[in-house]
Amino acid sequence: MSTNQQVSPEQRRYQALAKKHTPKPPVLRHAVAAFIAGGLVSVVGQFLTNLYARLLHLTPDKAGNPAVATMILIGALLTGFGVYDRLARLAGAGLAVPVTGFANSIVAEALEFKREGLIYGVGGRMFTLAGAVIVYGVVTAFFVGLFKALVK
Amino acid sequence: MASGATLRARPAPRRIGKQTVQFENPPAIIATGTVVGPLEGKGPLGHLFDHVTEDELVGQKSFERAEQMMLQNAAYTALNKAGLTPEDMDYMLSGDLLNQLITSSFSALAVGVPVFGLYGACATSAEGLGLGAMLLDGGFANYVMVATASHNRTAERQYRYPNEYGFQRKPHAQRTATAAGAAILARSGEGPRVTIATTGKVVDRGIKDPYNVGAAMAPAAASTILTHLQDTGRRPQDYDLIATGDLALYGHRLLVELGRTEGGIDLEPVLDDCGLMLYGQDQEVGAGASGSGCSAAVTFASILKDMRDGRYKRVLVAATGALHSPCSFQQGEYIPTICHAVSLEV
Repeated sequence: MSTNQQVSPEQRRYQALAKKHTPKPPVLRHAVAAFIAGGLVSVVGQFLTNLYARLLHLTPDKAGNPAVATMILIGALLTGFGVYDRLARLAGAGLAVPVTGFANSIVAEALEFKREGLIYGVGGRMFTLAGAVIVYGVVTAFFVGLFKALVK
Repeated sequence: MASGATLRARPAPRRIGKQTVQFENPPAIIATGTVVGPLEGKGPLGHLFDHVTEDELVGQKSFERAEQMMLQNAAYTALNKAGLTPEDMDYMLSGDLLNQLITSSFSALAVGVPVFGLYGACATSAEGLGLGAMLLDGGFANYVMVATASHNRTAERQYRYPNEYGFQRKPHAQRTATAAGAAILARSGEGPRVTIATTGKVVDRGIKDPYNVGAAMAPAAASTILTHLQDTGRRPQDYDLIATGDLALYGHRLLVELGRTEGGIDLEPVLDDCGLMLYGQDQEVGAGASGSGCSAAVTFASILKDMRDGRYKRVLVAATGALHSPCSFQQGEYIPTICHAVSLEV
C-alpha cells in the first residue's frame, strides 16, 4: 500500500484520537493460540510422516511428501465443511501459516466463485489469495538458488 | 456571480441553513417491510422484523440472488401492509452495497416501479427517506418506496475475503448485516412524518483501515448532526433519540467525543446506534453491525414502531456510510464517508 496523499493536521489529530479509541488486538492471547494450534498441526503432520514412513517403508525425507499431501487434503475438506474458518478465527496464524492454511485459501476462493463458472470463477479466482504466496515463494527460491550456486 | 445573485434574490422556500430542507407538508411513512437473516433474527430486535429467513441462501442459487429476494420480499411486505400495489408507486429509491447496485436493479426489475438507484453505502436509508420526502413535498409523487438491502455473504466476498477463508477478525471489525428494509412514503396518511432532511458532505479524516469504518464514519456523523442542529436551531435534547447509522461501539464513542470537542454539546444522553441495536452482546459480531440493510431494518422495524407506540415523539436518524471500494483502499486512499440525517416526528 502506498501513501499517496498529504495528511492535514486535522486528519493527524483525528488519527490519534481514533487510535486511542480503537482496541488493540489481544496479541498475547493470539500468540499463545497460534503457538498451540500451529504446534498441534505440526504434531499431526509428524504423526502422518512417521505413519507413512512405517507403512510405505519410506525414508523420513520421502515420507514428508504424502504427509503434506494428506495435510492439504484435510485442510481442503475442513474448508469445504465450513469448519476451517471457524477454527482459524480462534487459532489465527496457527492455522494460516501451515500448509493447511494455503489449502484453505485456495479452496475458499474456489468455493466462493464456483457460481461464476469453472473458467472465470473457479479457474480464474482460485489463486487470488494464494497467488502472492506462489509468486514470491518462487522469486525467493530463485534468488536463494542463485546465491547458493554462486557461493559454491 | 449573476446566477448566484438571482438565487439569493429568490431563496428556495424550503431550505433552512446550509445543508437542510424543511418540508411544508411532511410526508408520512405509512408502511414498512423488513426481512433479516437468521443471525439478525436471533438478536434482541428479532421479534420486530416481518420476516426472518431460515438460512442465508433463502432457497436461491447464489447469495446475490438471496439478497435480491430479501429486498423484494421487504418491498412486497410494505405494499401489502399499506394495501397498495406496485402500480400505485410513483418512484422507488433503492440502494445496496454491491457493485453497480445489482440488488436494487434486479429488485426494481421484479417489482416494476420507476426507480432511482442510490449509492450511499450504509447511509442509504436516510438518503432515500430524505430524497423521497423531497419528491413528495415537491409535488412530484403521491407514493414513494424507499428500499435498501445488504447481505453478509455478498459483502464479505466483495469487500473482504471469501466466506470460508480462515482469518482472525480485528476486535473493532463490524459485521455486515443480512437485512433488507422497505418503507412507503405518502403525501397523506397515518404514520411518523419526515419533517426535515439534512444532506451530508463527504468527510475524510484520514482513516485507512477498512475494518475500522466506525471510526472513519464518526466525523461524518458529527459533521451532519452538528450542521443539522445549527441549521434547525435545535438542541440534542429536542430529540428523544438520535440514532446513527452504524458506527458500532468504537465509532459511537468517537462521535460522543467529537460532539464534545467540536460542537461543545453532549450527545450521549440521546444517542444510540443502529449497529449496536441489531445484535446482542453474546453474538460475537465484533464491534457491532454495519451494512445498508442495518439502519433500514432497525429504523423501519424498531424505531418507527416505538414512535407509533408513543415512546418517541421526535427522532433524528443519522445514517452513516463508508464510500470506499476495494480498489480505493488497495490503492492506499483514505476512506471517504458520509452521513445523511432525517428528522422523524409523530
